[in-house]
Amino acid sequence: MKGRMISPGTAEGVAIVSTEPIGFYGGIDIKTGIVIEKDHPLEGKSVKDKILVFPCGKGSTVGSYVIYGIKKNGVAPAGIVNKETETIVATGAILAGIPCVDQIDIEKIKDGDMVLLDADNALVTVQ
Amino acid sequence: MHLTKEEEKILDGEEGEVLERLFRLLVRLGDIYGAEKMIPVGSVQVAGVSYKSVGDPGLAFLEDMASKGAKVKVLTYLNPAGMDLENWEKLGFPKDFAKNQIRVMDAFKKMGIVITSTCTPYLAGNLPRFREHIAWSESSAVSFSNSVIGARTNREGGPSALAAALCGRTPNYGLHLWEKRQPTVKINVDVNLDFSSDFGALGYFVGKQVKNKIPYFTGIKDANTDQLKALGAAMAASGAVALYHAENLTPEADLVEKNGLETINVSKKELDETYEKLNSGKDPDIVILGCPHASLREISTLADKLKGKHLKKPVWICTSRMMKEAADRMGFTEIIEKAGGNIVADTCMVVSPIERMGYKTTGVNSGKAANYLPGFCKQDVVFANIDKLVEGQA
Repeated sequence: MKGRMISPGTAEGVAIVSTEPIGFYGGIDIKTGIVIEKDHPLEGKSVKDKILVFPCGKGSTVGSYVIYGIKKNGVAPAGIVNKETETIVATGAILAGIPCVDQIDIEKIKDGDMVLLDADNALVTVQ
Repeated sequence: MHLTKEEEKILDGEEGEVLERLFRLLVRLGDIYGAEKMIPVGSVQVAGVSYKSVGDPGLAFLEDMASKGAKVKVLTYLNPAGMDLENWEKLGFPKDFAKNQIRVMDAFKKMGIVITSTCTPYLAGNLPRFREHIAWSESSAVSFSNSVIGARTNREGGPSALAAALCGRTPNYGLHLWEKRQPTVKINVDVNLDFSSDFGALGYFVGKQVKNKIPYFTGIKDANTDQLKALGAAMAASGAVALYHAENLTPEADLVEKNGLETINVSKKELDETYEKLNSGKDPDIVILGCPHASLREISTLADKLKGKHLKKPVWICTSRMMKEAADRMGFTEIIEKAGGNIVADTCMVVSPIERMGYKTTGVNSGKAANYLPGFCKQDVVFANIDKLVEGQA
């Protein structure tokens, strides 16, 4: 699938898919990379080294620092795939150097799929 | 994107390594979102101030920039810090936390940022005008400045706002453009809204439904700026609403195109269900008001309710240092403290480490706080109007 490059780089990993938006601030623990938002479809799961797939960001604009922080703490996802990346996630991904692509039909990606993310060419391949 | 000669020079590193790196971020964002050029900003508000939110990686990032001599080009304010910057010891904020929080503030001050920490900069000396381009980041302040004032800002991430402050510019896209400020969904409100918490519940419900759309409200009979602040804050927290219009209440409501919009009706039923949903606890250990930061009117309302009372359990009201100063002068602080409450400045319950201070259940009248406290502060929440909350603590 071809989308739009938000943040460059390539990554490969197991997809973790959320049908709901993610708010990184208050939604993901900065030390562990585990989703902590109550009643979120990914609650209790770790995003570490995964290809994190979700429709769009939500909530606090401090989320950019959380993305930067989980990367520095070594618990960040290997890559991010969105339907629509808004500025909070884009800023975080660019600063942290996490490959990110949006404008992808994310319904075609299932939890557990092996995903190859080539953000430089804005390509997402489900293997 | 078209860049001026001066802007090209920043990218070439002529204004130093920090500006080059941050301007590159702004150009990247501009390219992604289709900006044709950069525009000057009148003011900035930077989120990512509490040590609890930025953590050690954020602290290192900020200290690095400050040590390299980066200075802001426009009036720049800060979001709430993780503690009352003057009264933290008395209020029981942990010492190790305070040490790091002070380092964060020092780094900002070194960059020329006004270390007034508030989510209501418009009540504390940073007030944009109608149609002024700004780069603000705290989500409720973004909503208020766009919707209630009619200034123009995107939802900036903490670092992209800081970049705008240091470069004096932001890419011209999204809500800076009139055509992107048109409503995309109509909300018909058919229920009386009396308390701030009613506006918070409405906002929470609508934010969940519309995510990042631009709502146009009809049927809200009247609302003051405190209530509009509560409405916008909740929508920005449960969704990503950065701008709303409200018939007869907000400045762009008469000017936008509102034909043919999908309509969502909100009646008493939806409001009641939202109250139920936001309540996960009973009997608060502490009640915290002032999310977003309380206005002087809200502080005076609390003082009236607490006059001559003796609280069994704590009540805090969070506000900016400026409002606290006025409350001190008017004797509101004394009334609230005599009853056993506290006015807490510079911080709020969402960004302070309340879970480390022994509190497990928090009572709030804010839809935004009710949204964040369970995840970020591991709190059970009692969401109710101010009368019920204060009664419960007395």
